[in-house]
Amino acid sequence: MSAASLRSARRVSPKQICWVLVVLCLAALFPLQKRIDGDIGIYAKISDVLYIPPGTHLKLLCLGNEGLVADIYWTRVVQYFGREHLEGAGGEFRLLAPLLRITTELDPQLLVAYRFGAIFVMAKQPIGAGDPQAALQLLRRGIVANPNYWQLWQDLGFVYYWELHDYKMAAKIFAVGSNQPGAHYWLKALAGTVAAKGGDFETSRFLWSEIYRNAETEAVRSTAEYHLAALEATEQMGQLNDLLEIYKQKSGHEAHSFSDLIAIRLIRGFPVDPSGVPYVIGADGYTALGQGSQIHLHLLQ
Amino acid sequence: MLAIETTNLIKDYSIGFWRKRPKRVLDGLSIQVERGEVFGLLGPNGAGKSTTLKILMRLIFPTEGAARILGKELDDVSAHEHIGFLPENPYFYDNLTAEEFLNYAGSLFGIPGAERRRRSDRLLGQVGLTNARNIQLRKFSKGMVQRLGIAQALINDPDLVFLDEPMSGLDPLGRREVRDLILGLKESGKTVFFSTHILSDAEVLCDRVAILNLGRMQGCGEMKEMLGMGINSTEILLESPRPELLDELKSYCGYAVRTGERVRVEIPKESDVPAVLSKVLQSGAKIVSVNPVKMSLEDYFLAKVAKDNWKSAEKELGTEAKGGQ
Amino acid sequence: MNRVVSIALHTFKEAVRDKVLYNLIVFAFLMIAASILFSSISVGIQQIIVIDLGLSSISVFGVIMAIFIGIGLVSKEIERRTIYLILSKPVRRLEFIVGKYLGLVLTLVINTAIMTVGFYLAIFYQTRHLGADDLGLLAAIYFILLQLAIVVALAIFFSCISTPILSAVFTFCVYVIGHFLSEMRWLGTTLHNGVVRKVTVALYYLLPNLSDFDFITRTAHGEKISGALLVSNSLYALLYVTVLISASILIFEEREFK
Repeated sequence: MSAASLRSARRVSPKQICWVLVVLCLAALFPLQKRIDGDIGIYAKISDVLYIPPGTHLKLLCLGNEGLVADIYWTRVVQYFGREHLEGAGGEFRLLAPLLRITTELDPQLLVAYRFGAIFVMAKQPIGAGDPQAALQLLRRGIVANPNYWQLWQDLGFVYYWELHDYKMAAKIFAVGSNQPGAHYWLKALAGTVAAKGGDFETSRFLWSEIYRNAETEAVRSTAEYHLAALEATEQMGQLNDLLEIYKQKSGHEAHSFSDLIAIRLIRGFPVDPSGVPYVIGADGYTALGQGSQIHLHLLQ
Repeated sequence: MLAIETTNLIKDYSIGFWRKRPKRVLDGLSIQVERGEVFGLLGPNGAGKSTTLKILMRLIFPTEGAARILGKELDDVSAHEHIGFLPENPYFYDNLTAEEFLNYAGSLFGIPGAERRRRSDRLLGQVGLTNARNIQLRKFSKGMVQRLGIAQALINDPDLVFLDEPMSGLDPLGRREVRDLILGLKESGKTVFFSTHILSDAEVLCDRVAILNLGRMQGCGEMKEMLGMGINSTEILLESPRPELLDELKSYCGYAVRTGERVRVEIPKESDVPAVLSKVLQSGAKIVSVNPVKMSLEDYFLAKVAKDNWKSAEKELGTEAKGGQ
Repeated sequence: MNRVVSIALHTFKEAVRDKVLYNLIVFAFLMIAASILFSSISVGIQQIIVIDLGLSSISVFGVIMAIFIGIGLVSKEIERRTIYLILSKPVRRLEFIVGKYLGLVLTLVINTAIMTVGFYLAIFYQTRHLGADDLGLLAAIYFILLQLAIVVALAIFFSCISTPILSAVFTFCVYVIGHFLSEMRWLGTTLHNGVVRKVTVALYYLLPNLSDFDFITRTAHGEKISGALLVSNSLYALLYVTVLISASILIFEEREFK
């Protein structure tokens, strides 16, 4: 028996113990870390971020790197309110407004913070924070710092239009925005339309499409998608209700399901909503969303 | 039970970054050290002496082969309870004092506090460091460090002591002290195994030696035997001899060297010595000394080693002469 | 067992006599004193600043100390060959590693305790009273200690495999990365590359998650640390240290000292 194998035969005990310890402990670290994550909460890291004194102290502490620090905060915002966490955010939006405040205090020119922030802060739960007043504050501060940026005016007007249903204010703001340098040509027309007709399906769809087209982040794009889907669904449901009315007139009784309409060639196939779920006829005789539909109709209220 | 027994110890190192070539630094070393003897491991630098010691100390592991210390296998830690070790060019903890260091060393053997203190005092006295007990080791000279190293090697009153180049860094006085110490260890029945390249020390101290070169053992045996391998001639030192005397002695002499008033004469044949002596006495010349000349270990060593090194140099250069010298 | 204690105590003694240590403690005290100065600038949040800066000082200097003495007392020992003297005694290699670790932890605990005293003095000077609330700060300091225990274990681990300077660098790098593991993991999920995602998730669980122990800011704002988290984090530190020390022992047992 050579020296080497003798050696390993003798030393099996402590070395084996060490190997076992390494493997077992490493394995145990996995569930433990998950548990710790739960205890601390993934948003805890964000609440760290909130404990910064306001105003001048804030800038002092940045030691001249306000832009950099603002970017860090902004990254945090996107990190935690980005698409991945959208569905799971579940009410944690209370941190969003303060975060955005800090970010824009540090860098008043960080336009994406105002635009992104406004959408989320304004949108209803569970998509957003459901706080249109906070959105207004955010945008106002943005306009104070950047009065010539026409898109902030558009966003501000949009909040009045969509959430607050104050069409007079919205039209006024759109008008001001249309006078800013570089404003898109349709902003003026928009002002006129809103002043004249108030809340209008086509206008709403146009505005959300604009937001969708210009979205800089996945999160904003998906929010716009949700709203557009809701709008489209509403339109479709209105059309379907018209068809149901026609059926009632033709057949003398209410339809039980859409197959009835197919039978008399009112529609060609089973209608599906924008999320791909077929519509059903509700107990009240009107079109309703099917089970499992991803449409959030309440966004339109 | 043998103090140390090695069986065909081989140590290879992997040299080279990409293509690992093995370099053999120890090639089948088999030695046996009896209890109570002073055994010297000799050889030039790079011969493998330190490697051998480190394998025995479990600092490095042999590629092949086995060894036992005091009857126990190499990886049996309990063997170290009864051994002491002084490494080459030792380095200690800067921030400790001599006393603290010995205390630490002793604690690693499980020697209780009071006993540790007693032994520290005794050993510090033995190595002449009593006055330096409270000085931090960073301030120690090389000689002091060496002496403290010997002290820590003896803290556990070991049966077997390993010393790697114990005389290095010492002045003549220090070397004498260490020599006496080693002889003292032998007298108390301890076994001493030390490596050195200073042959005169080995000559004086060792019962047996092994000569190592290029990882291989060149010779092993009792000092008497090794030294007896040389030519024994006799050297006579004369003062102011008359030229006629020198002529007479010519037939007996190997050489005659004059240094001032003194002439050194070498008589190769031992049997001629009485005749020469009587002739000298008759001539009235003064005899200063008569000495037998042994081939010194150094001569033996150089003869062996030089030849081998030449051979290995040839091999490396790829110019092995056929039937060369 | 006794040998482990001997080695631990000796390590502690060595560390305590290291001049670097004294300098660091002095620095830490200076920082704590400075925090009082800073706080007088920011009206309304004095206490927060003192606690924040004070705890940060303890943490930062603790880590520097941990790396320095961890490397110095193990890597240097190997490099300077003082280890010959230890291993020639009846000392098992694992006893060496464990003893070193315990000695280093002891050193860090004592040093942190000293800095904590200075810290509480600063608070007292500031607020003129110390209440039961202030005991909650000890929990944050305990977490800092857990972090240091991991860092020191890292230092020993790297000492077993490389030179003093590289060990220090590696330890420091892992320390920094350990604070950004959740960011790194999030980054992995946003990049639409399956391999990168898996790698970042694996690293998230394999590397020490040091941000688990970061409660300085929250403590400064009066947040309490839950008992459940105290237990979880302690367990985490214990497990991770066990992994590192066991791995160090495995490497050390095979190591040759030329």
